[in-house]
Amino acid sequence: MATPGHHTLSVLVENRPGVLSRVCGLFSRRGFNIESLAVGPTERTDRSVITIRVDCTRHSVEQVVKQLDKLIDVIDVLEVEPDSAIERELLLIKVRAEAEHRLEIMRMAEVFNARVVDAGATTLLLECVEHPDRLAALEELLSPYEIVEAVRTGRVAMTRASIANEAARPKLNILG
Amino acid sequence: MSESALDKARKRTGRMTGAEAIIRSLEAEDVTICWGIPGGAILPLYDAFMRCDHTIQHVLVRHEQGAGHMAQGYARATGKVGVCIATSGPGATNLVTPIADAFLDSTPLVAITGQVPTHLIGTDAFQEADITGIVMPIVKHSFLVQTVEDIPRALHEAFHIASTGRPGPVLVDVPKDLQQAEFDFSYPEAIELPGYSTEFPDVPASIAAAATLIAQSKRPVIYVGGGVINAEASEDLILFAETLQAPVTTTLLAKGAFPDSHPLSVQMPGMHGSKYANWTIHRSDLLITIGARFDDRVTGKLDAFAPGAKVIHFDIDPAEISKNRRADVTLLGDLKRTLPALREAVVETRNAERLADQRDWLTDVQGWRKENPFRYMKGEKLKPQYIIEQFDRALKGKDAIWVTGVGQHQMWAAQFLSIDGPRRWLTSGGLGTMGFGAPAAIGAQQGCPDAYVVNFDGDGCFQMTSQELATAICYDVPVIHAVMNNGWLGMVRQWQELFHDERFSETNLFGTIPDFVKLAEAYGCLGLRAETEAEVDAVIEQAIAERRPTVIDFRIDHDEKVYPMVPAGAASHEMIDQVWDNEWVEEGV
Repeated sequence: MATPGHHTLSVLVENRPGVLSRVCGLFSRRGFNIESLAVGPTERTDRSVITIRVDCTRHSVEQVVKQLDKLIDVIDVLEVEPDSAIERELLLIKVRAEAEHRLEIMRMAEVFNARVVDAGATTLLLECVEHPDRLAALEELLSPYEIVEAVRTGRVAMTRASIANEAARPKLNILG
Repeated sequence: MSESALDKARKRTGRMTGAEAIIRSLEAEDVTICWGIPGGAILPLYDAFMRCDHTIQHVLVRHEQGAGHMAQGYARATGKVGVCIATSGPGATNLVTPIADAFLDSTPLVAITGQVPTHLIGTDAFQEADITGIVMPIVKHSFLVQTVEDIPRALHEAFHIASTGRPGPVLVDVPKDLQQAEFDFSYPEAIELPGYSTEFPDVPASIAAAATLIAQSKRPVIYVGGGVINAEASEDLILFAETLQAPVTTTLLAKGAFPDSHPLSVQMPGMHGSKYANWTIHRSDLLITIGARFDDRVTGKLDAFAPGAKVIHFDIDPAEISKNRRADVTLLGDLKRTLPALREAVVETRNAERLADQRDWLTDVQGWRKENPFRYMKGEKLKPQYIIEQFDRALKGKDAIWVTGVGQHQMWAAQFLSIDGPRRWLTSGGLGTMGFGAPAAIGAQQGCPDAYVVNFDGDGCFQMTSQELATAICYDVPVIHAVMNNGWLGMVRQWQELFHDERFSETNLFGTIPDFVKLAEAYGCLGLRAETEAEVDAVIEQAIAERRPTVIDFRIDHDEKVYPMVPAGAASHEMIDQVWDNEWVEEGV
């Protein structure tokens, strides 16, 4: 119970000014470090989803879920279990690619479903949408060539269609 | 307001300014009184107060903090939402302390602040402060109104949020240009807040599980917090406790939720609670927690708190469940529903046999209580506990509301006053706001004009908000401010004496305290003083008889400490106490 672990929370919110700072404020107030955060619109223009990745204990995550649920602009909070969800993140990475390494890098990219989206005289810019663990693996493999620049969007997640039996956002049981 | 007048206010339509819309919205929410101070960014609203016919009394205070605490005192004494108003910038930031206080003590409060005009927001304009940003962690919700059409909706939602579920403060920030803009007003009927619900489904399995735990318990104790008062569930609690025949401990915030004079009451738990309350909790095998939150001032060392007890936790706020102490059974929702439901289940689950099983328990509790009453020693100097007892006696049988500041006097009052009904004890518990007493007492008196309102304050606390004596005079609010003047920041001094080798760093106010009698008279109040026991009754009698704003300067023994005490970090049953000689005086409870 006291051992920290990674948790992904999917927070459905009303698309109103200030809602992101309300949500983030709760994490900082309780001393949790947000590892990744992604915000974007949903199928409805008046609602957004904030996907948050934190490293904390099970007890802490339960507390933060309940506290998030108390925010008026938060419609619901879902903890995404890795086994029952699809998690994706976008990586843009600019890697040093001298002529003798270009093909090697491009082949490696192919293995990871990464695309070359731009090329310079000595660099390649790759784009990859994958599970965040796979992105980390790709980055590691590219690191010997010198990574000039890398940026990631933060993960987004959705429960699998098969497991969630078609329902959107199966409810968390906060009643314990 | 009468039902028909209220109905009319809610159906009002017409073209008007945003400022008038605020007033019409307040009328639609049945607001009859509010507290505030005008200023640049809220000028249009104050102009509308004078220009429009309306039914709201505005009380002009002397500092916005006073407005906030008065609204809190009113809210806590009446159960209605308190409303305070301030201008942008410094006016708004002066409300921060009462807002935080209302947040920690779950008080329904709506704060309306003016904001600089929309085109200046974000430019560091004159008297601009991002108040919605500043109060973010201490409000239940806040609104920065974006269009004039949003004003009625924002206020409607603000009152709904402030007063339902677990009550709390809501701030509505209204830019000046929106107060001046005109629009077609109508008050929304429905509330559309998909992210907010205070309804919880009945969970019969939880009721059954709780009833089973009670049936198995031989040493139950009912641990009651302020939630019982917010839920107006005192009657249900008394029935519940009498059915269970379990001792009841009421936290600082819950004083009065269960009668202090009831034979099952073991009074206050925690740092300065009774030994018998803390021992009862410590030895219990079942903690029935009702609208309380396992605050550190109650539990002491958390993992040593009620170590052998299972926990049933009633609350309206799911985030309180298993926050500090894991609950074995959770009962979420309105106490008016869950308490009777569990009581019925208990009656049906071998209650008679259980009562026989726990006879020894009640005998033990009564024994501890008899052997370890709250007490104090008489001495040459005037004792604060004596003053409190004499006030209690003088107002016995009358409708009295007791208000306090924060510190030693607050704890003495909690220990030595006997209060038998809810909303008659108003104190700042969670935030521990020195200066709460004087303005909160004024607000409570304005909400309950026929009651006798006494503010037990300290000399340190009173100097933080005593400017509100001017407000008391202006509106003829006959609160008695009983200042326990020991010339020190007494509670801090007590800690310095006990835990910091008597290094009294910056706690001595001697020589810098104003003459409180002259101060009272300067404002036009009645000023009285008592320095000996012999003088106490006369000043109390005069203050009660004159029924006007009064300050009594009680010169008390500066060496007097609050006992018993759980030192910080200790387990709650390990209380320290002084050595008693034969002269001690028992509590009046």
